[in-house]
Amino acid sequence: MDFSYMGLNEINGSLIVLDHVADAAYDEIVKIETTEGKSLLGKVIAIEDQRAVIQVYEGTKGLSLTNTKTKFTGRPMELALSKEILGRIFDGAGKPIDGLGEIYAEKKVNVNGVPINPVSREYPRNYIQTGFSCIDGMSTLIRGQKLPIFSGSGMKHNQFAAQIAAQAKVTDNSEFAIVFAAMGVKNDVADFFKNSFAQSGALSKVVMFLNLANDPIIERIITPRCALAAAEYLAFDCGMHVLVIMTDITSYCEALRELSSSKGEIPGRKGYPGYLYSDLASMYERAGMIKGKAGSVTQVPILTMPNDDISHPIPDLTGYITEGQIVLDRALDNMGIYPPVSVLPSLSRLMKDGIGEGFTRADHPDLSNQLFSAYSKVQEVRSLAQVIGEDELTPTDKKYLEFGEVFEREFINQGQNENRTMEQTLELGWRILSILPVSELDRLDQALLDQYYVKSNEDGE
Amino acid sequence: MENEKGYIYAINGPVVIAKGGCSFSMLEMVYVGKQRLVGEVIKVSDDGATVQVYEETSGLKVGEPIYKTNQPMSVLLGPGILKSIFDGIERPLKVLEERSGAFIATGLNVSSLDEEKKWEVTITCREGDELSSGQVYATCPETASILHKCLVPNGVKGRVKKAMPNGSYSIHDTVVELEDETGNKTELTLCQKWPIRNPRPVKERLELCKPLITGQRVIDSLFPVAKGGAVAIPGGFGTGKTMTQHQLAKWSDADIIVYVGCGERGNEMTQVLEEFSELIDPRTGAALTDRTVLIANTSNMPVAAREASIYTGITLAEYYRDMGYNVAIMADSTSRWAEALREISGRLEEMPAEEGFPAYLPSRIAEFYERAGYVDSLCGEKGSVTIIGAVSPAGSDFSEPVTQNTKRFTRCFWALDKSLAYQRHYPAIHWMDSYTEYFDDLIPWYQEHVSPEFPSCRGRIMHILQEEDKLQQIVKLIGADVLPEDQKLIMEISRLIRVGFLQQNAFHAIDTYVPIDKQLRMMQVILHLYDRGMELVRKSIPLSQLKETGIFEDIIKIKYDVRNEEIDKMESYRQRIDTLTDEILKNNE
Repeated sequence: MDFSYMGLNEINGSLIVLDHVADAAYDEIVKIETTEGKSLLGKVIAIEDQRAVIQVYEGTKGLSLTNTKTKFTGRPMELALSKEILGRIFDGAGKPIDGLGEIYAEKKVNVNGVPINPVSREYPRNYIQTGFSCIDGMSTLIRGQKLPIFSGSGMKHNQFAAQIAAQAKVTDNSEFAIVFAAMGVKNDVADFFKNSFAQSGALSKVVMFLNLANDPIIERIITPRCALAAAEYLAFDCGMHVLVIMTDITSYCEALRELSSSKGEIPGRKGYPGYLYSDLASMYERAGMIKGKAGSVTQVPILTMPNDDISHPIPDLTGYITEGQIVLDRALDNMGIYPPVSVLPSLSRLMKDGIGEGFTRADHPDLSNQLFSAYSKVQEVRSLAQVIGEDELTPTDKKYLEFGEVFEREFINQGQNENRTMEQTLELGWRILSILPVSELDRLDQALLDQYYVKSNEDGE
Repeated sequence: MENEKGYIYAINGPVVIAKGGCSFSMLEMVYVGKQRLVGEVIKVSDDGATVQVYEETSGLKVGEPIYKTNQPMSVLLGPGILKSIFDGIERPLKVLEERSGAFIATGLNVSSLDEEKKWEVTITCREGDELSSGQVYATCPETASILHKCLVPNGVKGRVKKAMPNGSYSIHDTVVELEDETGNKTELTLCQKWPIRNPRPVKERLELCKPLITGQRVIDSLFPVAKGGAVAIPGGFGTGKTMTQHQLAKWSDADIIVYVGCGERGNEMTQVLEEFSELIDPRTGAALTDRTVLIANTSNMPVAAREASIYTGITLAEYYRDMGYNVAIMADSTSRWAEALREISGRLEEMPAEEGFPAYLPSRIAEFYERAGYVDSLCGEKGSVTIIGAVSPAGSDFSEPVTQNTKRFTRCFWALDKSLAYQRHYPAIHWMDSYTEYFDDLIPWYQEHVSPEFPSCRGRIMHILQEEDKLQQIVKLIGADVLPEDQKLIMEISRLIRVGFLQQNAFHAIDTYVPIDKQLRMMQVILHLYDRGMELVRKSIPLSQLKETGIFEDIIKIKYDVRNEEIDKMESYRQRIDTLTDEILKNNE
């Protein structure tokens, strides 16, 4: 079946249409060659009788109705994989761009992946130590989890993610790898990640897929899928624990919206297609662990909330699919607190089963619970203080203000090279909690208080 | 059996257009392509039909055949449903795993129920008996706690011509033969089919009179739902919808639980699977899975099957209701189902109504919730289906179409609140925004089975919470210190109610399930403290004296300190309140 179709019948944005096509399959990949020798990739996105609609990943710039040859490959989009991919850099469609040549394929896989059977999944229980108190202590990251970072333009989410990647550690000595997917990020951001991986000596354990801001927009739709296919291969075929960092999901969704509107689909909220939820789910749900396999895929997608609005469709739908979220806050950022994690809306859903006795430490669940409720009380006291002034507060409320201040400055805030162990984080939590009088700690039982509550603070009065 | 067939004319995502000769009928099940993917006809036109495909359509080609089945989209009903985990169109996921490994392949046609397994069947009819639709002709123990009753399929009746002896049979063995007046014979096996979109018939719908006891204080005491009722649980992400659903699935006093994970997380379904197999049903002593059916169509599984999963779930629920069981179905989440409707509607290029949802969204939601009910079934047993539907409003905005329309068709509403969830106050059911219309219907039950005082206790607790809500506005402006003593008491007591009563720890061995009697006693102790506190206030004794005794903290800890079986201990708290207040009164004389 080695023949090509000459010419096209229609070009519309990133879509091309071919008539009189025999035997095209839905979702198959087509190769388009121009007479100038340019080679492009596309995918069949709709077929009606003998008319096929093809989405071109690299964009349709330079194509005309007559200068192309189109070949149907009869296969879905595939990625060539072997363990050699570690340390390599690819473009957004999975072609090597580091000048080290093609990958000698041990296996070719469909980048779209196949849903994991819920019966075959293993419930994730082991935590990953990130070295950040705000994550380890309050919203612990679990192996096999998908935990996004909700950020805003201009906040330090890139440093944060890079530091997580550099410090992330699993407690046993299993093999660890990082897959990094950049979608529509600026050149210097990609460089920043490259450099920070190099600095932390992790570069040989990193696979990078880069679709930069000036790369074709439609290619962005395939970038995370290539990255996840590589991650699944490393995890489930090679038995490694893989951390996937994807940035920026917002650019990805915008590409999807652009494609959807050029297809003439009926838009849903804010112009995003009605299937945005299913589409995002088809990426995020590829995190997890499988019974009987050693590896795991953990995802940390980063998205910038347009206008810092958490109810925007992208963070909103993401939050419904992922197992929690880490929310960055501009007010904290402006105060110079790094990482500017807003603790209250941040949540790790899998945390409850992956911490405590046998995982971190027996007092961890109750401690974090108490820190949450105390810090949420701080917010109440602060708004009260704004109205009636700090001086009018009761002594207990003043203690809360002090607690809030110290919690932000010492617990959340940490240096760009500071890597805290779980023990350090928990000790710090207890020390700060001990600012409050015992009577306020209603979520801790006496045994824990006796063991950990630091009395000296009270005596000092 | 060579079926009629058409061919594929066009493909757009999960929507396929069929053409060619044969006439398709509406909602007929079809097999699409060489791989025989399962699909359903959703639109019939002059020369063909539009089909929604329940599996991934990647690789389909124009011109491939579409096979007719001449049957509407149906599920197989019979013993073996319980303890299973199905996808949205009743394919057993465990069997799929055996066939295709950890990742779900397409085009696997497997039987929904185990065809080999032998069941110990007791035939309950004799030759010569007259049987009509819905009557029992055989029973078999399906699990340790549930007796499966085989019901005569709809539209079949007649005299028993032949009845096999008791013994072991598999689901396709004929156990009874019926002959009607005209001499038509029907062979009855242990299983039957039912089209998922049709409600199963009943003799009569009955008035709702019993509550679904869940062991969750905020639900049982403040916002109960009747057996046969429908509840909506709306809440943004992270507010604990799924957690609440899990708690209900574990602890509610229904006989059968159907849990539909519709477009939700894979890891969550795994958690349900793991947890339920470890837990023991407190009423029967058997494993919790013995009474549970799981339907898992996670968010990355095909969208059309997600749409069907809700109907599959409710059909299974109705089947067990007809045997006389109380069934509770948890749908998590109906918003994903509505989104699946929207997605398919978009592919069909239908005119969208509100927020892109199709104009028939309200009627579909109504149809679904109307399948709840407490009924007299055709075999003369009383059974019920209670629907607990989670709603995931976009942007936590309760004014969006799915929440609004769900509100119209359910009579109980458990509003999950983000600010409560941020404080880690779980279950985050907000007492001011939630409501139940069932309580009035249930008052006689509470009076008879719990205590005549129950309704008034509940009323007083609600009243205190409402008062507090009003006072909070003032406190936000000027601080709590300036309130008069009687209002301070209300603030203190309602803090007690919130922390000591409404908050419930799902991970605590004692607190995870609380019997209704203990709930009442807890309310009474709190109200007693309020009454005695009021006495002090009237005598102008500062409240701080009562607070210093630590009685408030002790009562908050009742939920952990008093075990569920030692309710009598509650009396000691009452006595302590009396002793303490008497002492304070004496000291202030």
